[in-house]
Amino acid sequence: MIRKLSVSTLSTVALLALAGGATAQDCPIKVGVLHSLSGTMAISETTLKDTMLMLVAEQNAKGGLLGCELEAVVVDPASDWPLFAEKARELLTVHEVDVIFGNWTSVSRKSVLPVIEELNGLLFYPVQYEGEESSKNVFYTGAAPNQQAIPAVDYFLEELGIEKFALLGTDYVYPRTTNNILESYLKQKGIAAEDIFVNYTPFGHSDWATIVADVKALGADGKQVGVISTINGDANIGFYKELAAAGVSADDIPVVAFSVGEEELSGLDTSNLVGHLAAWNYFMSAETPENAAFIKAWHTYIGDEKRVTNDPMEAHYIGFNMWVNAATAAGTTDVDAVRAAMYGQTFPNLTGGTAEMLPNHHLTKPVLIGEIRADGQFDIISQTEPVPGDAWTDFLPDSAVLTSDWKDLGCGMYNTETKTCVQIKSNY
Amino acid sequence: MRRSFLAANPSVLWFLLALALVTLGVTVMAEAGMISTSFVKTLGKTLCLCLVAVAMDVVWGYCGILSLGHFAFFGIGGYAVGMWLMYARTEEIVAASLAAQALPPTVGEIRDAIGTQIFGVVGASDFPLIWAFADRHWLQFPMIVLLPGLLALVFGWLAFRSRVTGVYLSILTQAMTLALSLYLFQNDSGLRGNNGLSGLQNIPGLGGVGQDRISIWFFWGSAAALAAGYVFFAWIVSGKMGSVIRAIRDDEARVRFLGYHVESFKLFVFTVTAMVAGVAGALYYPQAGIINPAEIAPIASIYLAVWVAIGGRGRLYGAVIGAAFVSLLSSWFTGGGAPSVPLGVYTIHWTDWWLVLLGLSFVAVTLFFPKGIGGIFDLVAPRPVPDRQGDYGPDDGAWRREEGEP
Amino acid sequence: MLRAVLLALSALLWLPAAAVAQDLQSLLQTYRAEIEKPARKSVVEVLDALVASGLPGVPLFLERWQDKGVYLRASDGLFYYAAPEGEGYSLSAIGDGTPAGTAAASDLTELRPNGGVRKEISGALVEFQLSDPDISRRQAAIDAIARSGSADQLEPLRASIPGEPDPVLRATKERLADILAARFAATAEGRVAAIGNLADDLSVDVRAVLNQILATTTAVAPALPEGANIARELTPGSGALPADAAYARLVAAGLAPPVVGRDAIKAALAAHIEGGRVGDVAVGDLDTDAARLAVYAALAEAGVVPPTLTPEGQAAALAAHVFYEEYVEPDPVITDAARGALRAIETRVGAYQVADITLDALSLASIYFLAAIGLAITFGVMGVINMAHGEFIMMGAYTGYVVQQFVPDYTLSIILALPAAFAVTFAAGVAMERLVIRHLYHRPLETLLATFGISIGLQQLAKNVFGTQARPLTSPAWLDGALSFNDVVSISHIRIAIFVLALLFLGLILFILKRTRIGLEVRAVTQNPGMAASVGINPDRINMLTFGLGSGIAGIAGVAIGLYAKVTSEMGADYIVQSFMTVVVGGVGNVWGTLAGAALIGFLQKLIEWGNPSNTLAAQTYMILFIILFIQFRPKGIVALKGRAAGD
Repeated sequence: MIRKLSVSTLSTVALLALAGGATAQDCPIKVGVLHSLSGTMAISETTLKDTMLMLVAEQNAKGGLLGCELEAVVVDPASDWPLFAEKARELLTVHEVDVIFGNWTSVSRKSVLPVIEELNGLLFYPVQYEGEESSKNVFYTGAAPNQQAIPAVDYFLEELGIEKFALLGTDYVYPRTTNNILESYLKQKGIAAEDIFVNYTPFGHSDWATIVADVKALGADGKQVGVISTINGDANIGFYKELAAAGVSADDIPVVAFSVGEEELSGLDTSNLVGHLAAWNYFMSAETPENAAFIKAWHTYIGDEKRVTNDPMEAHYIGFNMWVNAATAAGTTDVDAVRAAMYGQTFPNLTGGTAEMLPNHHLTKPVLIGEIRADGQFDIISQTEPVPGDAWTDFLPDSAVLTSDWKDLGCGMYNTETKTCVQIKSNY
Repeated sequence: MRRSFLAANPSVLWFLLALALVTLGVTVMAEAGMISTSFVKTLGKTLCLCLVAVAMDVVWGYCGILSLGHFAFFGIGGYAVGMWLMYARTEEIVAASLAAQALPPTVGEIRDAIGTQIFGVVGASDFPLIWAFADRHWLQFPMIVLLPGLLALVFGWLAFRSRVTGVYLSILTQAMTLALSLYLFQNDSGLRGNNGLSGLQNIPGLGGVGQDRISIWFFWGSAAALAAGYVFFAWIVSGKMGSVIRAIRDDEARVRFLGYHVESFKLFVFTVTAMVAGVAGALYYPQAGIINPAEIAPIASIYLAVWVAIGGRGRLYGAVIGAAFVSLLSSWFTGGGAPSVPLGVYTIHWTDWWLVLLGLSFVAVTLFFPKGIGGIFDLVAPRPVPDRQGDYGPDDGAWRREEGEP
Repeated sequence: MLRAVLLALSALLWLPAAAVAQDLQSLLQTYRAEIEKPARKSVVEVLDALVASGLPGVPLFLERWQDKGVYLRASDGLFYYAAPEGEGYSLSAIGDGTPAGTAAASDLTELRPNGGVRKEISGALVEFQLSDPDISRRQAAIDAIARSGSADQLEPLRASIPGEPDPVLRATKERLADILAARFAATAEGRVAAIGNLADDLSVDVRAVLNQILATTTAVAPALPEGANIARELTPGSGALPADAAYARLVAAGLAPPVVGRDAIKAALAAHIEGGRVGDVAVGDLDTDAARLAVYAALAEAGVVPPTLTPEGQAAALAAHVFYEEYVEPDPVITDAARGALRAIETRVGAYQVADITLDALSLASIYFLAAIGLAITFGVMGVINMAHGEFIMMGAYTGYVVQQFVPDYTLSIILALPAAFAVTFAAGVAMERLVIRHLYHRPLETLLATFGISIGLQQLAKNVFGTQARPLTSPAWLDGALSFNDVVSISHIRIAIFVLALLFLGLILFILKRTRIGLEVRAVTQNPGMAASVGINPDRINMLTFGLGSGIAGIAGVAIGLYAKVTSEMGADYIVQSFMTVVVGGVGNVWGTLAGAALIGFLQKLIEWGNPSNTLAAQTYMILFIILFIQFRPKGIVALKGRAAGD
């Protein structure tokens, strides 16, 4: 029974493998899309899959790349972390794609990393993340902590005069690391340890009454309280509902969120949340011609005028276009050649200005702070000059001495004190 | 004894033969480059799932304990081996990096550096107590069976002693695996929280060996473990002890009145199957590459019960068939392998509809084919049906009404 | 840099601008850059200038600016008030509000002052608004003072009290005046009196002002300084000041040499490597801390490196100094009064916090009860395990969402959604009972698996129909907000509503089971179906109705849960294990048991959360462990049925 089944499945796979025995320059050029289309992460990742398909279609309409058609190969890792590794291997060895755009959440990236490094693939990761990682084979087009969290805290300190911080997060690695960095940063800025309240809740948490009451009570020593939220996904809905019910207005206790964007706000009524904040590198409400064109193309492609755009979509937009330009410059889609051509690539941001790919595989991006409006969009009230992404944060002693430079040093984890490369492959 | 065991259970020989053929076939095809490394890994993982399904079949199909927590033991086995894999792999990297320094590193420095690498900025560089044995594989490997065994022993002793049975026990085991996964989700648990242990496919000391080779080795290892586990459980359930175990399933009170210490038998089965589940997990996760707490969420254990039920309870090969069939079919459907069905106004994409289909087919199996896929073999070689009063038995569900009561 | 230049420029321009009377628009033009992109710290200058100009249009401009109603027209570089009209905007002039035609959206830039700037603007508006005839403006002024009080607001606030017609607002103003006076009154007597007035007020802002008066700084000195207002002395090595932190403080104050740590020793040794040896030890032998320390000590003796400090030396250094906290406020009379007042308040706050936690726990218990009560009927009364119970909750919530799509009035839609959800899940429950569960009554473990199959099917179906994104289910406006007893004890209206709903259903179910014909039949079928059938009850019909009732209540619970949390396809799965535990802990077959179970779990969870506020996940883990242990020792739950009803 098993044998029969395996054999039949095997033969299909074998056919695929035989058909795919080709070299990189052969047409069509394959673009792997590794986003979950089912399971818990499908909520966010399906949009990115559609974005990639749109970008590939647009590029083909412009005449493809290196005289070839582009072909998107979509697989579904189903929000299952081991499956991410399996599917990445399948993309690289069976389908032999030239580049992969995909993943969301650190754990999926950590799952894929060993495979990508082993097979020398190329991955573009589009979501904000906690840093402390630099892989030769990954370009991080989302924000590093210094491109989102640190400027948001600066805004709290400078513009809102916050003296006491509540760091609320979902219990996983991104909030943990970000909050560690922020705690260390706040202490350097003279905020005492007892003025930093930290709380971690499970995924999908819904009972927020006690935590909101705790946050309100923080104001009892006369300091201006602000909340920095790394709460993820659905849990935000209960959190914001409880905030609104408790009458916490943005004037009393402002909340800045790093994981709440246009997509998340569409799940709740924002009229009570006006004035609360979010920090991203992109908001749909940005008023530039590039953004207007992008939104128009998106609406046409998806066939729904109500669909919003968000920050990771912009990251894919920049990442994909940079890859196309780098491959054109290198004249090949060979991973090492493209990587060398990526450094210094520039491409216009959707929010104005230009993004540049740095030798540490991060982008320079402006940081935007938006206030929630009643219609679920954001008013952009602050926009910085482009900030270069930093793989290893400067605000933790262990990683302050580390730097990443794949162009000249050829090392992602270089200790500037001992002048040695700690390791070439990343620690997953 | 051995001759009579095999003679009495011809299905064991058939099973071993089939397993050997599959192993040989896959090896030949992989060597010939006809199947990809990722598919070899999938098959190797499937064999591990078959092993844990066999264990589940023994505890449920033979002993009548519907454990909804056996994937917790599977996960513990994975964590146990993962800790050593991560530690040893990181040690290689760290040793190479520290060797470049002016002074030779102290033991403490190496340990700190490994800790910093493993826990990153999220934790301190101090190792939690739980990692005490991770640096020596001869101490850590026994944990693969000892930890699940110990947990099962303590949990089972508490539960069976208080005569918690039936549905209650199922819910309690479910609570156990939920508590364990919530505990592991916490970053403070010292096992890297939601990120779990990753990069497990890189075996320390085998840096120069490619994954195509390692995947075949693990495939053989998994096949050998499945064969050993199958023979071991077949031996357990076929002897006198097997009769007692089945009797407990059919009428616990009666067995107790006959003078058997029912609790000890149940505890033995529960603990031994937990240990085998640990071994299966330890072989599974180095092939999967990453283990994290989501792996042991309650849903995983329920799926385990689903595989066994679809394959057919109360027969070991049924569990193997169920696990292999459903998990491979599942990855075929969700992997986009199944063609979409256009219905004119609506197109059925199997990535969206596969779970609905699985759920419905599961209801159908419970309602109409309680013997599962394994029942097909009865058409070829009818099983001897014991002449019993009433309709007790695995095929109609053990315990029936009584299970619903405390 | 640019900003600094602009600031300097504006400072230069400020004098002539204030001296020469001019119109508002040109005054604004002077500060154009700062008004276009204001920052909290620098906007004060502009606000001061605007207020000082005394121009009549200033208050209106500030209000409009704050509400994002001021626009800059690109074509002429002037500021306008604007309101959307058709495709573009209709403009009115800044000075006198006269209509100034229309403009296209592309020509206008909306001015968006950030939250900090808006707060400064409110502060500047206070003096115009304190005695404004419009009560909402006066309220805005009061709010602004409450958010950021300053010394110069005390007198205008006091002056406005006698003329305040509204009694509520007048009381607020008086309280606010006390709060300001406690910090800023001119005399010590005035401040102490104000503090005395505040002593029975629990609110956060009163505690805030008292804590501000009691703010301290930690310091170290060889001896306690004379005349300082000392809060307390700290003992090094105590919980408040660990020994190493105390020593670090000494080092920071320059009163002791720094500790030479492991890294420093390593660096010093590496710097003294000569020909593969440090001193007379080979480099290769320096792979233990002890060896390194010995070589370092030798180097230190030779005077090459600074000596390490012994633990005894550290202890002596600590003993030679006093560590203390000193009040920022120099007058001990005031700090004593504040401390006394704060102590009294905090005792009461503690008591109220217990009350607040109790309310939260009650609310959580009512949510668990509502989620589990349907299960208590199907599982407890009928002995059927329904793993799809969570999906019935989800179906109820989605029904509420769908109703809201068709009925835009939130109150009406909720009134419609409750029965609709009941009807939908009742029908689903009956269908499931007829099609599946009926055939499995004698095989409970298999019901578990079959209903699980239905559960994953329904969940995926919901994903396919409604998408994976959470859907909004909005509560009516009268359920917004919270019932607030004081600043410590409060509970949101929606939670009260859920609590009432839970009570209602408790009563309803008790009534149905105990007081109606159908309830009698249900109990009869539960105890002995065969006998019940023989006295003329149709067990099939009763089972069907009971199952429908249990499922229907799950649907209503779904609407309630959707209102306070979220509506997603996975919401049911979040509650299913919890609900089973509620039923099992409480004791199967008994509605009171479920109530007791829900109460136990709700209170326990809040208690653990309270003990460990920074980690909610840990609270859930420990709660489940407790439940596992609890069931070991009380396998039949809190309310165990005895005698014939237990079915033994």
